[in-house]
Amino acid sequence: MLTTVYAILFYVATITLVGGIALRIKQYWSIPAPLKIPTTPAPTTKRGVWFRMFKEVALFESLFKSNKWIWVFGMLFHAGLALVLLRHFRYFTDTTALIWAWVHWIQPFGLYAGFAMLAGLVGLFIRRIVVPRVRYISSPSDYLMLIMLFFIGFSGMMMKFVAHTDIVAVKLFFRGLMYFDWHPLPADIPLLVHLTLVATLMIIFPFSKLLHAPGVFFSPTRNMVDNPREKRHIVAWAADLEKK
Amino acid sequence: MSEQTTSAPTVEDYLDPLALPELQADASKELHTFEASPAHQEKLGFPGELVDDWHDVAINKMGDLLTKYRGFRVFLDSCVKCGACTDKCHYFMGTGDPKNMPVARQDLLRSVYRRYFTTAGKYVPKLVGARDLTEDVLGEWYNYFHQCSQCRRCSVYCPYGIDTAEISMAAREILDTVGKGQKYCNEIIGKVYDVGNNLGFPTPALKATLESFEEDLEEETGLEIKLPIDVKGADILLVTPSADFVAEPHIDGLLGYAKVFHATGASWTLSSVASEAGNFGMFIGSYENMRKISLRIRQAALELGVKRIVFGECGHAWRVAYSFLNTLAGPFDFLDPRYTSPMHICEYTWDLIEKGELKFDKSRNDKYRLTFHDSCNVARATRMGDKPGGQFEIPRNILKATCNHFYDMAEDTIKEGTVCCGGGGGLLTDDLMDLRVKGASPRMTALQNVQKEHGVTHMAAICAICKSQFAKVMPKYGFEMDNILSVHQLVSNAILLEGAKDPEDDDDDDDWIPPTPPPRPPRGSAA
Repeated sequence: MLTTVYAILFYVATITLVGGIALRIKQYWSIPAPLKIPTTPAPTTKRGVWFRMFKEVALFESLFKSNKWIWVFGMLFHAGLALVLLRHFRYFTDTTALIWAWVHWIQPFGLYAGFAMLAGLVGLFIRRIVVPRVRYISSPSDYLMLIMLFFIGFSGMMMKFVAHTDIVAVKLFFRGLMYFDWHPLPADIPLLVHLTLVATLMIIFPFSKLLHAPGVFFSPTRNMVDNPREKRHIVAWAADLEKK
Repeated sequence: MSEQTTSAPTVEDYLDPLALPELQADASKELHTFEASPAHQEKLGFPGELVDDWHDVAINKMGDLLTKYRGFRVFLDSCVKCGACTDKCHYFMGTGDPKNMPVARQDLLRSVYRRYFTTAGKYVPKLVGARDLTEDVLGEWYNYFHQCSQCRRCSVYCPYGIDTAEISMAAREILDTVGKGQKYCNEIIGKVYDVGNNLGFPTPALKATLESFEEDLEEETGLEIKLPIDVKGADILLVTPSADFVAEPHIDGLLGYAKVFHATGASWTLSSVASEAGNFGMFIGSYENMRKISLRIRQAALELGVKRIVFGECGHAWRVAYSFLNTLAGPFDFLDPRYTSPMHICEYTWDLIEKGELKFDKSRNDKYRLTFHDSCNVARATRMGDKPGGQFEIPRNILKATCNHFYDMAEDTIKEGTVCCGGGGGLLTDDLMDLRVKGASPRMTALQNVQKEHGVTHMAAICAICKSQFAKVMPKYGFEMDNILSVHQLVSNAILLEGAKDPEDDDDDDDWIPPTPPPRPPRGSAA
């Protein structure tokens, strides 16, 4: 029963996450950007825009200019989360997989990154409460999102450092989901909390502010080339005006 | 020099230009710029007054914009409320009203977007801060989206590049569409359609004014320096803000352009069809109006048969010219491809300076100790020259080539981080004077600091709105209204023209004494 419920939950969550983000990306892609609005100084070449986007996504360049505290906490959380996610590849890949050596190598980093991730979340949460400006702009969902992420990390680390779960069985369960050959899921409380929250997060991702992840790549102030004089930029609905 | 500037400044003398006030909820809630009359509205193709089904019209318009502007949708979806922008708006710094924090300003509209266009907002509105569009909300939009100068400072610091200017333009477009437009912007656009420029300055008066300028120039230099208008077959069409014909210090800038053209014997002309560089269509977020205004420039260029287009000193005009003109009114394949068009007058002048074709006597500007105010639209929405950042270097290079004493203000208040003059984006109207004074306070504080540190006496700018705004608000901060200068005014003072007589030393600025550090208008204490 438990196995069936979680199996279905994760199928639904995966379809919602992948399908939802795909649809959202398709939507962003299909909406035109009629005017050249890069925030200048901006790169004058496509290659330059790639570099700008890389600095924005990997190093949070604009945030660094803005506020060092948010940058530190944001970086701790995002970099921590990235390493933790990479570490989780071990639950989906076999020792025979091509990327196994790399998955194996990342393990210790992913382990300690969990602490960085939690520290970042706590920092962001405290800021949200104690800085009046940030408290003013916060909705209940903004706090809940941080709390949810915190308990995902916390329950995960509980399993690693306090109450071990049968991780071999968990891996069998997820590999089973991938190959439609279901195996029983251990009924440990930290594991069930962890998985329930992760599935919830996957489901709300395409409907929430977590859309900032795909959104940043479509931000016209960051992804446009600064060459309006050299190259005429015109979208379909604007070109239609010229026919009138 | 007074004692203040000769004694070493102490730390206490300096105030932080970017100091933050305590939050004062609803501090500028009642600030309500005059609404457009039915006549102003209808001339632009908008309903004369609030339509009966304004709610549905507004939501439909929002839906329409969501399919036309990628940025609008992405910006509304992506904000995570991190707070990075909350301390970046000069109107927030000046008023302390939390709704003047960029994210909170966006949220006035984002909350409605969420309610009508997102799953979460439809089913759990309280959880995600979604709300219905009511008449109160519409009023709130009107007041607070007319407290944004669309200067884009917040967009520099947002990790997703969310640009409040785009949200505020969209909001104004929705407001216009339901019949609740702003008088200042819409009346001015109407004047452009009726008369040809923002000030409603008719062509005969314009021609007479230009002739009087020619007489002034002849008196000053002994040379026949022309300000030609509607000359067919001229090489260069100069499009400049109409303030350059009537306001100070704008006029002195215009005379500077004329001298630069004269110095190299350039063939140039103004146009009575395009007697305005400004384009307030941008401020109201209306692509159609912005395009219609831009097409006048294309028309003028075609009718006069010019080879190239040069723009005078105007910030938002340069944004529309540099970033949008090719889109709105292009392609400009009928111009001479050897020249970049449109070109900024500063690019034009600096190019000549680099080639050694202009000569200056810098000492003629020795009465000024200068700093430079980067105008928001030039700094964050355009470029000059070939390299990113040329918009910062080229005007400064011109100032350094024409003046001996130049000092920059604090780094976090200039260039891409420049703080707005407080009067841009369609707010340069007397009914918003209180906001304009408060919004100028970060810039004024930065100016006071260089005044104390380097004895700076004057500030130069390349934007008609900045110049008008500063001439009006600088006296509130202990400066004189003529402490704001045009960049080409300094060119005009220092340029050496062949055959010109020596300038008479009749400038009353000579006895000018730097002001004592002025009291600042009340602001909340630093947070």
